[in-house]
Amino acid sequence: MPEITYREAIHDAMVEEMRRDENVFLIGEDIGTYGGAFGVSAGMLAEFGPDRIRETPISELAIVGAAAGAAMVGMKPIAELMFMDFVLLALEPLMNQAAKARYMFGGKATVPMVVRLPGGSGTGAAAQHSQSLESILMHIPGIKVVAPSTAYDAKGLLLSAIRDPNPVCFVEHKLLYKVKGEVPEGEYTIPLGVADIKHVGSDITVVTSGIMVQKSLAVAKKLSQEGISVEVLDLRTLRPMDTQAIINSVKKTGRLLVVHEAVQTGGWAGEVMAVVSSSEAFDYLDAPMRRLTGKDVPIPYNRFLEAAAVPQEDDIEAEIRAIVSNKY
Amino acid sequence: MTTWKKEEFDNFETTDVLVKSKELGLKQEQLVDMYRTMVKIRLFEEMADKQYALGKVHGTMHLSAGQEAVAVGTGFAITKGDYLLNHHRGHGHFIASGADVNKMMAEFLGKETGYCRGRGGSMHIADVTANNLGANGIVGGGLQLAAGVGLAVQMKKKEQIVLTIFGDGAANEGIFHESLNMAAIWDLPILYLCENNQYGMSANVARVSAKTPFKDRAAAYGIPGYYIDGNDVLAVYEFIRNAAENARSGKGPVFVEAQTYRYFGHSKSDRNLYRTKEEIDYWKSVEDPIIRFEKLLLTANLINDQSISKIKEEMSEVIDESVTFAENSPEPDVKDVMEWVYA
Ligand SMILES: Cc1ncc(C[n+]2csc(CCOP(=O)(O)OP(=O)(O)O)c2C)c(N)n1
Ligand SMILES: [Mg+2]
Repeated sequence: MPEITYREAIHDAMVEEMRRDENVFLIGEDIGTYGGAFGVSAGMLAEFGPDRIRETPISELAIVGAAAGAAMVGMKPIAELMFMDFVLLALEPLMNQAAKARYMFGGKATVPMVVRLPGGSGTGAAAQHSQSLESILMHIPGIKVVAPSTAYDAKGLLLSAIRDPNPVCFVEHKLLYKVKGEVPEGEYTIPLGVADIKHVGSDITVVTSGIMVQKSLAVAKKLSQEGISVEVLDLRTLRPMDTQAIINSVKKTGRLLVVHEAVQTGGWAGEVMAVVSSSEAFDYLDAPMRRLTGKDVPIPYNRFLEAAAVPQEDDIEAEIRAIVSNKY
Repeated sequence: MTTWKKEEFDNFETTDVLVKSKELGLKQEQLVDMYRTMVKIRLFEEMADKQYALGKVHGTMHLSAGQEAVAVGTGFAITKGDYLLNHHRGHGHFIASGADVNKMMAEFLGKETGYCRGRGGSMHIADVTANNLGANGIVGGGLQLAAGVGLAVQMKKKEQIVLTIFGDGAANEGIFHESLNMAAIWDLPILYLCENNQYGMSANVARVSAKTPFKDRAAAYGIPGYYIDGNDVLAVYEFIRNAAENARSGKGPVFVEAQTYRYFGHSKSDRNLYRTKEEIDYWKSVEDPIIRFEKLLLTANLINDQSISKIKEEMSEVIDESVTFAENSPEPDVKDVMEWVYA
């Protein structure tokens, strides 16, 4: 299978779906000649022209609001916000309009739109350009939240997201853009709401998503040499959450660690733990459930502080060792 | 190629610094000091770019080379104690308002001795104790805060004004409308300075803005607006000083749009695909704010080749020292990462 980057996988999913479906279009800032802040839409203007690669003023509220309006009347917009942080300027159309239209109108409206959100820290972009805000987005019924961890998943999940009849927030981690992975040529989809076991194990379940999947996998591989068997469960879709996959895995391993980059308080690790503690999996636990998350701090600029603010491989490893040896 | 139409400006081009400075009540030393500050900003930006190229910077930056006249004309026109809220491209505004380049360079390199102790970086430099409420990473971010700062100043019956500097791109954010309208209905003491460098990232102003100049939008709120040559440092000084006086007198907000041009790419990486080399060269050679002012000062015999070299050498030393200071400064201690989340 050919190897392509996460960035190319997202690009290809958009391009291929735009060729197949004329209702799909991309809307956002600097997505034309500039190719988008992270180069994801490079070359698309040349193929599709300025009508479908719709460059906007710096107006996030209007970008997401217009996407929602267009979606309600039959289009399938993909809105690109330059940084996930800027979704905070567009929460009104996302949360009060797009998320609720279908329900409020008695099931008669559909809002098939995707909002692409480059998130996460690691680039020295500091507090207003490095956040992981997925937990906030997950709080609103009517919205789906997807966060791929590999190029393969990114392509398959984005195709599903574009075809989904609901507003989908598609969270892309900035540090993953350059990461390569095997991706088959042509069309395939990955259903939303289905988790994926990225590493099979029997001693402990690590429930995670996005970039933390990559970090957890590195740790799982390392620890397997010592006979510590880590199961890495990649949620892929955060809402709706694949609760059954979590329950099944914890029943098998008897231990749970949830890892995410988003800050701890109100973060979705708590949601995963609630799923376990209120299901039959609770009876299978051999140790307290633990979470390893971003610290409750704005992302600092300095590189050492920045790294200290979010889980690193060493932290994941230490936490797993503690849980499996009952030393927490 | 360019939207530069001098006949549309509200200012007359400065052609004789002696006549103009007399009219403005500026001393000859002040003129030379303005020149010196412009040189300092240019050298700071070039050094920042160099530090980045050397791989010493973890993070991003937005350089203001080419826009020095806006920063300096403004910095010299406002009063100490006035509030400043600017945007991501803010190095020049800080330097012109008297900031310490050592602390700026240290912040840029993420050091403990920086203005924000390495937590903020280039995009979030602030000096709250000096009423400098910070650069903002959110386009339009300063516009919303300015309304509240203006309100507080008014409620406490203070003499200060609020200067908020933002780009042409920010004028298309929703908050632009809300902030101007609010300031107008409450007569808030705010000076809106739109630093129009003709691009918001790759977007040319004309392509993304239904009607320019933006001063016409100020008119929609009944706010007096001026569209001026932002590369003419004395024109900037004159209009900002008058606007500041007006805002201070309780008559409400004023809007100044200063046309200028950015030389470096938008941020750390930019292949300039959205503009031509000819356009950039034209601005750098014909319209450069430092060259233009230098010519006027030379004609008036306020400087000569020798003093120009001396100024450049001195400023170069100051900037070199800032790098030494930053390099010799400690990194923040990782164990302090949770400090200052709450008061
Ligand atoms: C809300 C928000 N949207 C988008 C961005 C990304 N961004 C940073 S600067 C910039 C261009 C701003 O243009 P302008 O206001 O003209 O200022 P300039 O960069 O030209 O100085 C953009 C789009 C941002 N930081 N914040
Ligand atoms: Mg601009």
